[in-house]
Amino acid sequence: MTRTHLGMPGFPAVPPFPAFPLAAHEAVGDPVLRANLRHATHTIRDKRARAVAELADWDALRTAGKEIKDHTLRHLDRYLLELEASVTAAGGTVHWAADAAEANRIVTELVLATGEREVVKVKSMATQEIGLNEALEAAGIAAYETDLAELIVQLGHDRPSHILVPAIHRNRAEIRDIFASEMGSWGRPAPDDLGDDPRELAEAARLHLREKFLRAKVAVSGANFMVAETGTLVVLESEGNGRMCLTLPETLISVVGIEKVIPSFRDLEVFLQTLPRSSTAERMNPYTTMWTGLGPSQGADGDGPAAFHLVLLDNGRTDTLADEVGRQALRCIRCSACLNVCPVYERAGGHAYGSVYPGPIGAILSPQLRGTGSEIDASLPYASTLCGACYEVCPVAIDIPEVLVHLRERVAQGGPVTRDGIRVRIRPAHGHAAERAAMRAARLLLDRPGALRAGERLLSRARRLRPRRLPGPGRAWTDSRELPELPAQPFRDWWAARERGRDHEQDGGRQS
Amino acid sequence: MSSKDRILARIRRAVPEPGPGSAPEPAISRDYLPVHGTRAPAETVDLLAANLTEYRAKVHRVDEGGLAMLLMRLLAERGARTVLVPPGLPPYWLSAADPTRIHDRAASTARELEGVDSVVTGCALAIAETGTIVLDGGPDQGRRRITLIPDHHICVVRVPGQVVDSVPQALPRLDPSRPLTWISGPSATSDIELDRVEGVHGPRTLEVVLLGAQ
Ligand code: SF4
Repeated sequence: MTRTHLGMPGFPAVPPFPAFPLAAHEAVGDPVLRANLRHATHTIRDKRARAVAELADWDALRTAGKEIKDHTLRHLDRYLLELEASVTAAGGTVHWAADAAEANRIVTELVLATGEREVVKVKSMATQEIGLNEALEAAGIAAYETDLAELIVQLGHDRPSHILVPAIHRNRAEIRDIFASEMGSWGRPAPDDLGDDPRELAEAARLHLREKFLRAKVAVSGANFMVAETGTLVVLESEGNGRMCLTLPETLISVVGIEKVIPSFRDLEVFLQTLPRSSTAERMNPYTTMWTGLGPSQGADGDGPAAFHLVLLDNGRTDTLADEVGRQALRCIRCSACLNVCPVYERAGGHAYGSVYPGPIGAILSPQLRGTGSEIDASLPYASTLCGACYEVCPVAIDIPEVLVHLRERVAQGGPVTRDGIRVRIRPAHGHAAERAAMRAARLLLDRPGALRAGERLLSRARRLRPRRLPGPGRAWTDSRELPELPAQPFRDWWAARERGRDHEQDGGRQS
Repeated sequence: MSSKDRILARIRRAVPEPGPGSAPEPAISRDYLPVHGTRAPAETVDLLAANLTEYRAKVHRVDEGGLAMLLMRLLAERGARTVLVPPGLPPYWLSAADPTRIHDRAASTARELEGVDSVVTGCALAIAETGTIVLDGGPDQGRRRITLIPDHHICVVRVPGQVVDSVPQALPRLDPSRPLTWISGPSATSDIELDRVEGVHGPRTLEVVLLGAQ
C-alpha cells in the first residue's frame, strides 16, 4: 500500500455528539436498528443467564471480584508502582500518560521511532477513548482495526455501538456492502461475488486482514487485566486477531487504563470465571493471551515481540477515583452485561451515549471521565429508568443506579468535584437543558407516558439508598410529598410483562 | 513534575493511605468454590471432552500404543502435506505420519509458516470445567505463532495427569513468566448478527487428542 492512501478509514470528522435525548430520538425512530439491537441484547442476555446459573458460587465470585477491585483502587499507587517494576524487570518499558493528548503523543513517537507507518490494532476501548487512530492518522500512520466488528465499524466510517459486539447495529446486508465498497481501498479487496452469509463475510475479513498481520511490524493493544505482582498482561478474545497482534509484530504497544491493574496472578481465578460468562456467555472465550514483558528469554527466542511498551493511562480516572460514590465505576471489567439488560440501551442504541462506553456503564463512566460540562455528559445520568437490572447482572457489583442518582444530583445541584486533579465546585445547572431534555428523552424512549413515573417509583425504593428527596427531574415531584411506599407492581415486573407481549409481536416477523 | 508523579499524587489525594491506628482492611472474601462439583478423575476427563466438543473442537481418545496411528490418520484425513513440529515433540508421535515435517525455527517468518497445513503440539494443562487447553511455550508446544497461523491444530493432552477441574486449580500450576495461551475451541466470531462462525484468524479446526489408558 502506498502513502497516497493515507486518508485512512479512521473515524470520519463528525460533528460533536448531540445530547442523549436528541441522539436517542433518532435511534428510536429507526426500526431496523431497534430490531437488530433487540435481537442482540435479548439473545446475549438469555445465554448469559444460563452461563451464570451454571456456577453455584456466582455470588461469592461477584463479591470477590468487587473486593479485589476495591482493594486495588484503595492502594492504586502501590500496585501501579509494583506493576511498573515487574514489567520493567521482564524487559518491558512503562510510560505514564496523564491525559489523552499525552498518551497519543507517546504512542505516535514510539511508532515513528520504529520507522513504520502502519500498525495493527486489537480492540482496545482505551485507544478509542483517547482518539488514538485519529492522532496516528495525523502523523501519517495508518491504524488498522483487526477485530471483525471493529473492522466493520472502521470501514463503514462509523462508531462502535456496543462493547462486545461493536457493529451490532449493522445487519449482514449492510456489512456486505461496506466490505464490497471499502476493502479495496485499504488492502485486499472483497471478492467480486461476495454474498451476505456471515461465513463468507468472515472469510473475506480473514483474507483481508491476514495480509496485514503477516507484514505488520507494530501492534497496538489494550488489556483486560494487568497483574502487579508478576507484570503479566491479559487479553481475552475470540477470533485470534488478538493473538496475531500480540505475538507476530516486532513491537507491541499496550495502552491500558490504570484501573485495570489487579494485585496477584491468583486474582485471575475470579475474573477468568466471571468475565467470559458475563460477556460472551461462554464458559471461556476461545483465546486468552497472557504475557509478561518479553518473557524469560527477554524476546531473544522470537516468541513474541522484541520490544514491549506499556502506556498507563489516567485521562480522568484519578478524578473518578476522588469521588467516593462514583469511583466504583472503575471496577468495571467491560463485560457489557449491563448493556444487554438495559431497556434504555435497547431502544436508544449505543451511539446515543456519545462515547466509546455505551449503555449503563457509559452513562456513569463518561460523565466522570470527562466531567459534566457538555450537554451530552450532563444528560447521560438521565439516560436510565433506574430499574436496577444493570446492577443485578454486573459481575463486579457496580451499583450503577446509585452512581446515576449521585451524578444527577451533581448536575442538578452542583457541588465539589475533582477535575484534572484539582478540587473545584461546580455550579448547579439551573434551568439546565439537560433536565428538561432528559424528561423528554425518557418519555420518548419508553414510548409510554406512564413509564417514567414507574421508573421513578422504583427509584424511591432503590436498594440501600433512600433519599428523602429525589434528585434531578424527580425533585419537583418529591418537593410536596414523602417518598411513597413500594409500588404494587415494580417497574421491572411491569417491564418484563410488557416485554413478553412484545416478544410475541416482533419475533414473529424476524428471521434469524 | 513528571506525569508519573502527577498521577501518583492524584491517586494519593483521592485515596489517602490509612493513618496509623486505623482499622485493618478486611481480607478479600474468597469463599467461592475451588471446584464446581465432585468428580472422579475419569469424570473430569469426560467433562473436558464434553465441553471441548460443545465449543466445536473435535475430541479423540487413544492410548500410547495407538497415538502414532491416530495422528497419521487425522493428518491424512485433513489432506495435510506439511506439519509443523515443535522442537520437543516426542518423535514417536509423528513416526507414522506422512506429511513433511516443518521444524519451527526462530528465524522462520510468519509468512513462511502461512504455507503449512497442520501443527501438532502437546500442552501445559487442560481445564475440564471450561473446556480449555493451555499452552506455555514448552518444548512440545513451541512458539505461540505455530499454533496460530496454520488452519489445523492437533493438541495432545495427557489424561488424567494434565487435566485439572477448574480455573482456580489451573493458575497455581502455571508459570506467569512464560507466555501463556489459553484455547477453548477453535477461533470464532459472533460479530455478524450474532451468528457464530468458526475460524476467523486462528485455526478453523482444533482437534484434541486425549492420551491415556482407555
Ligand atoms: S458495569 Fe458491570 S456489567 Fe457493565 S460492563 Fe462494567 S462490569 Fe460489565
